[in-house]
Amino acid sequence: MVSMRERFNTVVVSLLEDDPKAVAVFAVIGRSALEATPGFGRVADRVFDVGIREQAMIGVVGGLALEGYKPIVMSYTPFLVERPFEQIKLSLTHQGVHAVLVSVGGSWDASSSGRTHQAPEDVALMSTLPGWTVHVPGHPDEAEEAIRNAHASGESHYVRLTGDSNASSLETTVGQISTLKRGSDGATTVLAIGPVADAVLEATDGTDTTVLYSTVPHPLDARGLRAAVIGSDIVVVEPYLAGTSVAEVAAALSDRPTRIRAIGVTDPEMMHYGSPDELRRAHGLDAAGIRLALERGVTQIAV
Amino acid sequence: MTITNHRIDAHSNRTFGYDDLSTFLSMMTGDEKHSEAATSTLDVIWTLYDRVLKVDPSTVDDPDRDRFFLSKGHGPMAYYAVLAAKGFVDPAILPDFASSESILGHHPDRRRIPGVEISSGSLGQGLALGIGASLGMDLSQFGGTVSVLMGDGELDEGSNHEAIALAGRMGMDRLTAIVIDNSSAYHGWPGGIESRFAVEGWETAVVDGRDHDAIFAGVTRPHPGAPLAVVARVERKN
Repeated sequence: MVSMRERFNTVVVSLLEDDPKAVAVFAVIGRSALEATPGFGRVADRVFDVGIREQAMIGVVGGLALEGYKPIVMSYTPFLVERPFEQIKLSLTHQGVHAVLVSVGGSWDASSSGRTHQAPEDVALMSTLPGWTVHVPGHPDEAEEAIRNAHASGESHYVRLTGDSNASSLETTVGQISTLKRGSDGATTVLAIGPVADAVLEATDGTDTTVLYSTVPHPLDARGLRAAVIGSDIVVVEPYLAGTSVAEVAAALSDRPTRIRAIGVTDPEMMHYGSPDELRRAHGLDAAGIRLALERGVTQIAV
Repeated sequence: MTITNHRIDAHSNRTFGYDDLSTFLSMMTGDEKHSEAATSTLDVIWTLYDRVLKVDPSTVDDPDRDRFFLSKGHGPMAYYAVLAAKGFVDPAILPDFASSESILGHHPDRRRIPGVEISSGSLGQGLALGIGASLGMDLSQFGGTVSVLMGDGELDEGSNHEAIALAGRMGMDRLTAIVIDNSSAYHGWPGGIESRFAVEGWETAVVDGRDHDAIFAGVTRPHPGAPLAVVARVERKN
C-alpha cells in the first residue's frame, strides 16, 4: 500500500497543477520527496523551501495567504505544530488567513528518534486555535480526501499523517461519524479515531460493543455522535494524548448521563526506542493493549 | 525638516501635514508632550506615507499598491496619527483610542483598521510575513513593494534572524526592512544592526531617523537583486 506520506506528494502535485493559487512551503523536511514526484517540474515555481526555519516557514505561509495564495505546508509534527505554534496563532489565524498544515510522524512513527520527533500533543494544541479543523485520517485514501477537501475549503485545516493505517478506508464522508460495529443497546460505545480503528475492531472482536469511527476529532461530529451513541459508557481511543477528545465527546452528550474514558498516549516521555510497532505497544495502543484497557472498564480510575 | 505634501482629507475636506501629527498624538495620549515610545517611529512612518509608499485610501485593495507592515506593533500612536493625516481613518476616532468600542488598539488589527496590512504586537512576526507577501506578489506579477518596520529591541527575537537570512538568500529586491534604533535592545547589537543584515546579503543604509530627507534617501536607495535594510537611529529610549 502506498503510504499516506507518499500519497501526500501526488496529491500536492495534483493540487498545484489544478489550482494556480496553490503553493507548497517546506522547511527542508519533505521537499526532496515532492521533487521526486512525477509532474513536479510543472509546479516547481510554487514550491518553496525556507531551510530549517519553521518560524519563518509559517510567517512566509501567512504572507503568501495575505496575497491570496492557498498554502499547503508539511513538516514533522513537533516542528510544524509545536515549534512555530505562536506563528500559527498570529501569522495565520490572527491575520484572518488560512493554510493547510500537514504533519508526518504522529505520536510514534519516529520511534527510534525519541521524544524530539514525537508530538502526541498536536491534536490538543491545534484544537485550541479558533477556526481549525483537525484531521486524523486512518488510511491513505482518507488522507487524500482530507487534503483535497481542506484545500478546496480555503479554510484552516491540520491533517495528521501517520505510518499507521487501517487495511481499508472506513470513512463514508469526511468529518462524519460512522458506525463500524453495532452492539446491544446497553453496550459500551468505543469511538476510534483514525488509524487505531483496525486495532479497536480486533480488540472488541467477540464482545458486545458498538464501534464508531471518525477521522475528524475537531470539531467532532456532535450530531453524528448523539445519533450513534445509545448506552451511557463511552471509550475514546485516540492515537495521541489521552483525553484530547474527551471534552468534545462530553459536550456532545452533555444532556445525558455519560461515563467517558480515554485510551491514548499517557506518557509522552516514556523514553522507549525500537520500531513504531513496539512503541505503539508500549503506549498500549495495539489491539492487545486496547483490549486490556477496555476490560478494565470505563470506571477504572487511572493512578 | 522638509516641506511635506499636504492632502485633502476625505472626512473633513481639510489638508493635514506633518505639523498636525502632534495634535493627533495628543488626541490619543492626552499629553502635550509625547512619550518617546509614541514617537520613535513617527518621522519614518510619516516620510514613508508622505513621500515613498504608493498607497492611499482609495488604493488599499489595489494589487499593485506598496505594502507597509508595522512589525513593531508597540506604540502604534504614530502609525495611527499618520493614517489619520493621510485619510485612512477619521481623526475623530483618535480620542477613543483603545477604548472598548475603538478599532484602534495598543496593537493594530488589520481586520479592523482600513489600510493596515498586518495585525501585530508580538515581536518578530512581520519580516517573515513580508517575505511571504513578496513571494506572492512575485508569483502574481504585481507591482509594489513591501516595507517592514521593526525595532532594535524586536531584533532580539530569533524569528527575525530566520527571516533576515532567508530574505537575503532569496535576493528579495521587493523587500525593505526599516529598523528604528532607539538603543532599546537589552544586550545591544555590537558592531551595528546593519551588519546583521549585510552579512546575509542585504543592501544597507544607516540614517538619522528624524531627518526626513535622510530617511527618504535611505529607503529609496537602489538594491537590485537584494533586500534593503535601513537602520533609522533616533534618541535613546529612556
